[in-house]
Amino acid sequence: MTAQSIKWFWFASPHTFFPLAGKIARVCAVLAAVFGVAGLYVGFFVAPTDAQQGEVYRIIFIHVPAAWMSMFIYVVMACWAAIGFAMHTRLSAMMARALAPTGALFTFIALWTGSLWGKPTWGTWWVWDARLTSELILLFLYFGFMALVAAIDDPRRADRAGALLAIVGVVNIPIIYYSVQWWNTLHQGASISFTKAPSMAATMVVGMLLMALSFWMYSIAVALTRVRCEIAESER
Amino acid sequence: MADFLAMGGYGGYIWGAYGVTIVLLAIEVALLLKRKRETKT
Amino acid sequence: MRARESSISPSIDLLAVVRTLLWRDLLLAMRRRSDVATALLFFVIVASLFPLGVGAEPNLLRAIAPGVIWVAALLSSMLSLGRLFALDHADGTLEQLLLGAAPLGVVVAAKTAAHWLVSGLPLVVIAPVIALQYDVAAPLYGVLALSLLLGTPVLSIIGAIGAALTLGLRGAGVLLSLLVLPLYVPVLILGAGAVDMAAAGLSPAGQLLILAAILIVAAVFAPWASAAALRISTE
Repeated sequence: MTAQSIKWFWFASPHTFFPLAGKIARVCAVLAAVFGVAGLYVGFFVAPTDAQQGEVYRIIFIHVPAAWMSMFIYVVMACWAAIGFAMHTRLSAMMARALAPTGALFTFIALWTGSLWGKPTWGTWWVWDARLTSELILLFLYFGFMALVAAIDDPRRADRAGALLAIVGVVNIPIIYYSVQWWNTLHQGASISFTKAPSMAATMVVGMLLMALSFWMYSIAVALTRVRCEIAESER
Repeated sequence: MADFLAMGGYGGYIWGAYGVTIVLLAIEVALLLKRKRETKT
Repeated sequence: MRARESSISPSIDLLAVVRTLLWRDLLLAMRRRSDVATALLFFVIVASLFPLGVGAEPNLLRAIAPGVIWVAALLSSMLSLGRLFALDHADGTLEQLLLGAAPLGVVVAAKTAAHWLVSGLPLVVIAPVIALQYDVAAPLYGVLALSLLLGTPVLSIIGAIGAALTLGLRGAGVLLSLLVLPLYVPVLILGAGAVDMAAAGLSPAGQLLILAAILIVAAVFAPWASAAALRISTE
């Protein structure tokens, strides 16, 4: 066993990871605030009024980044789950568990903001748009994961069962997304999807990216803090 | 200022969206900090 | 120095294993006929509820028929999944199968096949009768039956993963539904969509072929996921 291979798993021990997680969480929390303020500033004061939708399009600065995060977090969660499953590292499974509530929250935010965007633009509180419907199913996938892990008392079984479910879920997500998209074109016909936001001014894109970064840093900070709580709780 | 809040008539939707988002994120952070305090003791 | 003795167990006749397990599960299902019949009855009842809920206007019913029948099939299939491993788990047979020489994936595949024969195939047969209730045009019966024929095995195969993961948990039934329904969505969309396409005069071939592809991929990979889940649940 070379010194090189020992380093790989140095932080896989909850004990050594604990202080590192704390440091990263603090840095990311600050970054989240900074990017958030910058993003909101750009979103409200720099980005121009939209020609077709007026001011209401500004919801996009939360809706799209939240949707991005909801999907990104699920993939990261599944990666941690896979690592934990393959290498039998408990900390990886804890990371997956720590990410799930935040991912579910962003999914809900994407749905909520999508609904509030849909009402003034399309006239109804809920639109069976392909993306929104996929987000709804993603929310169910998150809830399923959290419910399964919560229902199992034995921590080892909970970790591995949750990991398997997360992996099965992540494999299915592209299939679900494409089938919902096909379903949407079959049934909706004329209605336009949210993503066809009118040609985006550069400032709009910048605003969305800043908010996305903010949400990303927020997620890291929250997930790491949650993992620290889990580590502390498991050592009691 | 009033114009800003009204957002061209869409104020309700925009602030409803941003408001709920901030509230939810704040609740998540608050619950997490509470949990952190409880595990520290 | 003597070469190490081969640690591979004597070659197993996989076909015999599958045949025995299939026959055993079918026999057990026949002995508990009421369980099987209840799930099928549920299918019929659910399909009958929709007209009561949305009104008996024939055009509306004809339009929603594929979706309703498919959702009812989904729910009925899901209801019967609990039986897949729970009974064997309760009487200790599952542990024997886990310790046995046969690869667990093959065991799971055999049990799932038996489950489908008993809970899925009857749906394919009953569905045209329900379609009759909804005044679906006669040429569509074939597409409906074919879509269910391709789709219900997928429901059983993917459902087996959920059944294995929730084995022995309190509230397993409802939890199983939550886990498995999102995964069922593509099958539902494609299955009902195929019938809708045929109803609109277009060819359902695309949807049916994708369903067939999903069936093949699921049949190959899902039993291993279920086997892994079984090991996790029984450690």
